[in-house]
Amino acid sequence: MALLQVENLTKNFNDTQVLKGVSFELEKGEVLTIIGSSGSGKTTLLRCLNFLEVASGGKILVNGEVIFPAKKQMKNNLTFGLVFQSFNLFPQYTALQNVTLAMDLTFQNSLKEKKIRGFAFKKAVKENKAINDITAKQLLERVGLADKMQNYPCELSGGQQQRVAIARALALSPDILCFDEPTSALDPELTGEVLKVIKSLKEEGRTMIIVTHEMDFAKNVSDKVIFMADGVIEEEGTPIQVFDNPLSEKTKAFLSKGEF
Amino acid sequence: METFLQISGELLNGFSVSVMLFIFTLVFSLPLGLIICFLTTSKFTPVRAFSKIVVWILRGTPLMLQIFAIFYLPGLLKWFTWPQMNTGWKWFDSTFSTRFIAALVAFSINYAAYFSEIYRGGIQSIPYGQYEAGKVLGLNQSQVFFKVVFMQVIKRILPPMSNEIVTLIKDTALATSIGIVELIFSAKEFMVVDGLIWPLFYAGAFYLIFVGIITVLFNFIEKKLSYYKV
Repeated sequence: MALLQVENLTKNFNDTQVLKGVSFELEKGEVLTIIGSSGSGKTTLLRCLNFLEVASGGKILVNGEVIFPAKKQMKNNLTFGLVFQSFNLFPQYTALQNVTLAMDLTFQNSLKEKKIRGFAFKKAVKENKAINDITAKQLLERVGLADKMQNYPCELSGGQQQRVAIARALALSPDILCFDEPTSALDPELTGEVLKVIKSLKEEGRTMIIVTHEMDFAKNVSDKVIFMADGVIEEEGTPIQVFDNPLSEKTKAFLSKGEF
Repeated sequence: METFLQISGELLNGFSVSVMLFIFTLVFSLPLGLIICFLTTSKFTPVRAFSKIVVWILRGTPLMLQIFAIFYLPGLLKWFTWPQMNTGWKWFDSTFSTRFIAALVAFSINYAAYFSEIYRGGIQSIPYGQYEAGKVLGLNQSQVFFKVVFMQVIKRILPPMSNEIVTLIKDTALATSIGIVELIFSAKEFMVVDGLIWPLFYAGAFYLIFVGIITVLFNFIEKKLSYYKV
């Protein structure tokens, strides 16, 4: 069974239909790249998967289990992790604190649910904090920022910030990691370091959905490519199918422009 | 004729009342302002509309009028009388007089209204991406606010806050209008009773120095928070 199944997903903003019924499947360990021109609905699709937007219709299934629509909408659905175009690091925290924050807080929430309070709470939090710090350090090392752990976001370059953001998204070990144009806000010379990290994640077998304008990278890294136009999937297939032998006229036109 | 030392002592007495009013107003109005801010940005229209009208009235009428209303109205309408402190500790009882408490209530509510708008500006200036980043990391609403947004808000609102707080120092002089013996009241007594004008300017120096200290304090906090940019 596919890890992720999206069935006929739609999204309306008032009168404009941004997603007009999108369906696709994603197997565990696969990397899916979504390409398409601006306004084609690719970012909206990603935001619907991460529950930053509530889809208007359709279904989202993870491991065969319906997570949307659900009677009680899980606000903190952690199946998905998301890396933003504009990083959105928390400026008042160091790189390390940015990565540990969510781990620390979700642990505290779990203690509160178990009604652990007072001294036991403090002790458990302290012990967990030490573990979280180690995990976060490993993650930051993996994205090549071992020497920048104690730096604040304003002291880091765009590429470094985005790598911290990737480590932060990995901290809660999501099943599916989503990237929303992760290199669009970066200078050309900085995109390489971010793409390298994403590539290394693929080698580890992580399931990822990447919205990107970096066509060479998309061709290189993905197992599956979706080309979106006007809120629908215009073409989907392996990178070779979509990039080298596109069937749809729209795909051909989009790829031949060369500028994205 | 009073000596300089005696006058200084009297003014210091009045000044201590002014400072008490200043400190306690901040203690109550800073959190109250945040609560009002949440109400005026509530998604529930009746709450939002009502709280906006309250803020409009509080910011739209003179503080002195509000002090009069809060001190005199409850008694005139026979609702209640403002309580009298009776601890036996003379300084405490005379400082926290019936009038002082009424003035404190008026100041706190009035300043909370101003602070609420400063908070609102600060909160709304935080990029929406910060909330979204918190949300996709599984934080709940209050965690997003207090762990992610709040420190950034504080940094952003420091300059307008220091402005308002400096204004509050000088506004405490309005407490004179219901006969609270604070700094201006004490200085004015020397003018009325002894025909001395200079204690009034001497009182001005107290305000000036106090404002100077608060300004230095705010500069210090701003510097402390300069390690991150928002």
